[in-house]
Amino acid sequence: MADEKFKVTIDGIPVEVAPGTTILNAARQVGGDIVPPAMCYYSKLEGSGGKCRTCLVKVSKGSEKDPRPMPKLVASCRTTVMDGMEVQNITSPDVLEARKGVVEMLLINHPLDCPVCDQAGECKLQDLSYEHGVSQTRYEFKRRTFEPIDIGDNIKLHMNRCILCYRCVYVADQLTGKREHGIINRGDHAEISTFIENALDNDFIGNVIDVCPVGALTDRTFRFKSRVWFTKPVDAHRDCPTCSGKVTLWYKGEEVLRVTARKDEYNEVEAFICDTCRFDKKKTVDWILEEPTPISKQSVIDANHYNVFSPPPVIKKNLQLQEANEEQLERTERLK
Amino acid sequence: MARKLLLAHIDVPGIHTFDVYRQNGGYRAVEKALRTMSPDEVVEEVKKSGLRGRGGAGFPTGMKWGFLAKPEGVPRYLVCNGDESEPGTFKDRYLMTYIPHLLIEGMIVSSYALGANTSYIYIRGEMMPQIHIVEKAIAEAKAAGFLGKNILGTGYDLEIHVQPGGGAYICGEETALLESLEGERGNPRIKPPFPAVAGLYGCPTVVNNVESIAATVPIVNDGGEEYAKIGIERSTGTKLISASGNLVRPGVYEIEMGLPMEEFIYSDEYCGGIANGKRLKAVVAGGSSVPILPTHLALKTANGEPRLMTYESLADGGFVTGTAMGSGGFIAFDEDQCIVRNTLNFTRFYHHESCGQCSPCREGTGWMEKVLHKIEYGYGDISDIDLLWDIQQKIDGHTICPLGDASAWPVASAIRHFRDEFEWHILHPEEAQTRNYGLVGEVVES
Repeated sequence: MADEKFKVTIDGIPVEVAPGTTILNAARQVGGDIVPPAMCYYSKLEGSGGKCRTCLVKVSKGSEKDPRPMPKLVASCRTTVMDGMEVQNITSPDVLEARKGVVEMLLINHPLDCPVCDQAGECKLQDLSYEHGVSQTRYEFKRRTFEPIDIGDNIKLHMNRCILCYRCVYVADQLTGKREHGIINRGDHAEISTFIENALDNDFIGNVIDVCPVGALTDRTFRFKSRVWFTKPVDAHRDCPTCSGKVTLWYKGEEVLRVTARKDEYNEVEAFICDTCRFDKKKTVDWILEEPTPISKQSVIDANHYNVFSPPPVIKKNLQLQEANEEQLERTERLK
Repeated sequence: MARKLLLAHIDVPGIHTFDVYRQNGGYRAVEKALRTMSPDEVVEEVKKSGLRGRGGAGFPTGMKWGFLAKPEGVPRYLVCNGDESEPGTFKDRYLMTYIPHLLIEGMIVSSYALGANTSYIYIRGEMMPQIHIVEKAIAEAKAAGFLGKNILGTGYDLEIHVQPGGGAYICGEETALLESLEGERGNPRIKPPFPAVAGLYGCPTVVNNVESIAATVPIVNDGGEEYAKIGIERSTGTKLISASGNLVRPGVYEIEMGLPMEEFIYSDEYCGGIANGKRLKAVVAGGSSVPILPTHLALKTANGEPRLMTYESLADGGFVTGTAMGSGGFIAFDEDQCIVRNTLNFTRFYHHESCGQCSPCREGTGWMEKVLHKIEYGYGDISDIDLLWDIQQKIDGHTICPLGDASAWPVASAIRHFRDEFEWHILHPEEAQTRNYGLVGEVVES
């Protein structure tokens, strides 16, 4: 029964998926507007999801065998599909209302300091609140505040911005084997913190920056260097002994300001990268360039969009690099 | 005199010791179950008894046991939930303090029925004296051969461990309790999988309340059918009610299901009426998370029938005019109590105890507390009532575990039934600081 498929209908669109698929992933197979937003779920991290409640959907028909609807809205990222299930996402007013509520809750203790936040422009919470939020808050009390702290040589924690998605905790658990930070305290006074006198120091810990959906964990080597929409992302790779070496370089002019893992349309990384690639290799000579990273037309990073990336002069000067980037140079010539 | 099953011998001096408990018919259920019944027969008796979970949700215990997965070669666990933390509920503490062997006996019978060879009693950390009492009871039972290897020569082995909790309300939620028991942070798990399939250490697990486990003792002794004769409809047997508030005689009472609430409050056998000759204003019938009811709805249902202490009758009218049995934390409010202040108190508790895992509960409980605080201390705005209503709606049903719902229901019911009191608080901020609103419709404008 390996090729058995369950038929699911999401907002009226039928899709056939393998048993065990979650509603969210079934929706991602369809794509488009009907994909519920996800702030805490991360397909590459086991056990993630279910916490932020932005992906709530209504199951109007449980399955072919048991057509009763589910009594409550369910978290689509952690609910597996049944054969014949019917799901309502954007077609259900209840879901949209609940999601609006969740967005409002996520924002009441958020500082809304986007003008000085490095994540602005690629922040999932920004996207979410533009799409589902309201322009004014009804919250009139003091927000919970923390001082920003360095939780490692290269990582800055702005606890004010954190939405407690637990992704960074799962990354440390599943990628590094030795977790040195966690959640302390309860409720809205819960915070991310390193264990006493510990710093995040591990070959792969930089990935917490990539998985953070908001600006709570940011790259200290990129801090305040540039707004993200003034930089141009270019895919590149190098022969890295510890990781896949497949990254995105964020150029401003000829300077590499930041290195991140490559992300897909749901803002999930394709392959986690090591800290050497991320923090130490910030020269074009370290990398073999591929092509400009495809950026969604909806994204602000696409604002000064371009198809051709002109290789920095350093490549033209260096024979070895010229050879390595041959394909890219040819392509540039062709498109001129 | 009503029949007592759990607290029948509670007045016998020294009942907390093994010898006295044994002389009063203790551990008969263990002998009967292990010597004459198969595990499935015990489960069958519990199913017949109609016993429903006494921790709050009221899920049929026999059915829960029936769901337990039984794969080969995988241990099964019974976990007793003694993390009693619901404001207004103190029956389990009472039971563990005064008659701990009843719990141990129930644990042995239940573990035998489920095929568990290791069982845990999770008691919240604040109850240190009770932890010592239960541990002592376990040691006594073990010395007498009712625990350990080859109990009563029947070949059945059982070890019971007591685990103190850290005192978090959330660890009373069964999956958070299991996380805590495993040594993790007490965050509720996302269900499914349910504990009956993958619970403690990933093995099939049943989590039961202290009182539910204790109730298996009379069920095994007298038979499930005999137990089911007490009570009405699907509410069978007896229930411990922890009565508190403005009552003449607060305390823990064992009632037969189906007792009218009016009799429970006013009869001399139970609470003996409202203290100081005052009048009753409101009732919280099952612990802080169930909806609060004003007197007229507490004593009579919306149809005018007397409100009985059963799962069905208390829930009559849904959440519009009814409430729920909950865990049996009965709180009575007299005419001098302030509903706004009480709601603030409950909400402060939920804010403090929210685990912070999912957004609506984490942020919403704190927000509700702040708005209520504002109203209580005279800075409220009339639109705050609608705001509160909207916040509780955004929490209710949108969270991982029932703590979110539990924080929303008291606020919703307080606004639903006592909206005039909230309005009075907001419109007369200074007066509200000096006197209470009193009963509905009795305010004299000064």
